Amino acid sequence: MSTHQQTGGRIFTLPFMLLGIVAVIGLYYIVERFVLGMGAVANINGGFPWGIWVVYDVVIGTALACGGYALAFTVYVFNKGKYHPLVRPALLASLLGYALGGFGAIFDMGRWWQFYNILIPGNWNFNSVMLEVGLCVALYIIVLIIEFSPAFLEKIGAKGLLKVLDKVLFFFIALGVLLPTMHQSSLGSLLIAMGYKVDPLWQTMQFQPLLAVVSALIMGYSIVIFEASLSNVRFGGKSETPLLSVLGKVAMGLMIVFVAARIIILVSQGKIGLIFAGDFSSIMFVLEMALFILPALILMSPTSRQNGGLLLIAAVSMLFAGALYRFNAFLFTFDPGPGYAYFPSVSEIMVTLGIIAIEIMAYLVVVKTMPVLHRSEQA
Amino acid sequence: MAEKEFDTGGFDFSEVEKRLGVTRRTFLTFCAGVAGSLGLSTNSAMAMAKAIAQPKKRPPVIWLHGQECTGPSESLLRSEQPSLEHLILDMISLDYHQTLDAGAGHKVEEIKKKSMEENKGKYLLVVEGAIPVADGGIYCKIAGETMVDLTKEAAEHAAAIVAFGSCAAWGGVQSAAPNPTGAKGTQAVLPGKPVVNIPGCPPNPANFLGTVLYFVTFGKLPPLDEQNRPKWAYGRLIHENCYRRPHFDAGRFATEFGDEGHKKGYCLYKLGCKGPETYNNCPSLEFNNVGGGVWPIGVGHPCFGCSEQGVGFNKPLFSLADVKTHTPPNAFPEIDDRSDASGASTGAVALASAAAGAVAGATLVTARKLNSSDDGSNSDDQNG
Repeated sequence: MSTHQQTGGRIFTLPFMLLGIVAVIGLYYIVERFVLGMGAVANINGGFPWGIWVVYDVVIGTALACGGYALAFTVYVFNKGKYHPLVRPALLASLLGYALGGFGAIFDMGRWWQFYNILIPGNWNFNSVMLEVGLCVALYIIVLIIEFSPAFLEKIGAKGLLKVLDKVLFFFIALGVLLPTMHQSSLGSLLIAMGYKVDPLWQTMQFQPLLAVVSALIMGYSIVIFEASLSNVRFGGKSETPLLSVLGKVAMGLMIVFVAARIIILVSQGKIGLIFAGDFSSIMFVLEMALFILPALILMSPTSRQNGGLLLIAAVSMLFAGALYRFNAFLFTFDPGPGYAYFPSVSEIMVTLGIIAIEIMAYLVVVKTMPVLHRSEQA
Repeated sequence: MAEKEFDTGGFDFSEVEKRLGVTRRTFLTFCAGVAGSLGLSTNSAMAMAKAIAQPKKRPPVIWLHGQECTGPSESLLRSEQPSLEHLILDMISLDYHQTLDAGAGHKVEEIKKKSMEENKGKYLLVVEGAIPVADGGIYCKIAGETMVDLTKEAAEHAAAIVAFGSCAAWGGVQSAAPNPTGAKGTQAVLPGKPVVNIPGCPPNPANFLGTVLYFVTFGKLPPLDEQNRPKWAYGRLIHENCYRRPHFDAGRFATEFGDEGHKKGYCLYKLGCKGPETYNNCPSLEFNNVGGGVWPIGVGHPCFGCSEQGVGFNKPLFSLADVKTHTPPNAFPEIDDRSDASGASTGAVALASAAAGAVAGATLVTARKLNSSDDGSNSDDQNG
């Protein structure tokens, strides 16, 4: 029998209701966006066609949803089975993150009614980075549903189907490693396509895909630590800190690679001096690097790595670092030409917050009603 | 570059250099250009180069002229780099062509008949011009025989038939109403025979050359559309690759010749441009290799749909095209207003900071809770 259990408990708790309010406000503005058009809700313009709905909901949101990717990588590629208890909650978070990222892409599309064209092979443009991202993300959502389906099948007791799935699941897990590697690196390639509009400190050209996929993995490991820590405090049970600390160690290694790569690239492209220019870009760069280096320093010491609280702080710092890397490149230091400015409107932010609220609410409902979280002492 | 990208495998091009009077580099660049416009790889370019350099047996060609202005032949002969006509005439044995034959009269007709007899089932038939069928086809006669009979006779044992130009493809200007001579395209008088159509008035010589090169190199015809036009050349609407297309999508049109929009190079749709319903590759190849944006839309005149049956010579010049792709909405939102870009509102900044702060705060609280719970429990390893 499964070693996963549903936590049970009331669904309509006070935090759930509060999240519900945020979600309703967000949904209200989404409806307004479809009725009155994008201009009524969002501050995006000709210079900044991508606001937070793309940069947060899709670019950062899918990186935050890389927990399933990072763990699938660890558990199956490196054959580290002991991380199994963390896989299902991570997959659930990935599924929700990607599904809502995909939804975010639709309401951010100016002419969303032409969305179906991406499903018609005759209309594909194989030179488009967006096509790769769009198709790959759509495919990955399906893969995530299949990867997560054992939890649902266990709940409804479909044992025959579970057995069949067990035999073919390895194939989907392999896809679950391949597809994010493809589209997360393509999210970096989008920056190549934006050319000189991207600030020189972030425009690393051919290195964009590498930096994107490494930062996505860092965020993937961090979000697993983040979720497991929060679940642990919220739902109790045995501490998973020993497991998480090893993930922290992996993330630390990746961060060292990331920071070193950034510096080496800047030096080799002759742009290292820009860090000391003292302008907005250089300040953002230093802040971003600090957020990457701080957790690396915390995680370097084995004792602080075993400390659940410090581990969580390091993980959140990495999440902020990864998010800031993408925000900086896509929005904050993005320069489409003189005269353009962008800051999201209240309604625009509420839509994003509403989506996040829906994501957390869905997560809470699923872990309470399906066997997702691991319970070693009760099994 | 050419040496690096092509693996010529030590192939000797000195012969072809001498024959065509071009350098090896120019020759290979040209082949790569043709392969590129056909959507083929550099390997195919090399195969084409070799096919030209080492012609096997040159296929005999019978070239018929019907009702027409000899535009297709003219455009082929007038093409430039590195003399397309030279290339084509070098690859084929042009046994009969009324404009180019040195001889004249019944002697030439005799040679044609002889060549057709000798090369039964092996020769390529090129038809240029429409074929009148009214009143027994008497409106176009060559050496006392009607064009329709000559076409049927030549098509009988042809290996492949190419209709070159709009007249040959679907009737062209002669077939426009009232069409007193009953002019028809080649396919229409040869039902059941596969005819490759290369329409245009005049057609782009590159479209003919690419198709012939493909045939000579690979021994088969390139993929064709439902009207038997090579897909590589006629697969997309002019509208799809037109460089004025962004103006169409943004709703910026020239509405009169010489108005502000026309001077600024806006979309010519409202002047009657037939690009949205005409399939051709003019936007990418332009015309007659002149370069510099020389093709109708490039010089500010609406496309009149010369290659499209039912459009060119049939629709009024300035009537709106029937847009085959998406039509623009009546009104467009203003997207390029830079002064309108609103800065950060107080509420938005507060909300964004609150969200980031909430995450940071929740982290610190949870971290403290985690530490107290970790202190209570020993951290032994979990099951694997």
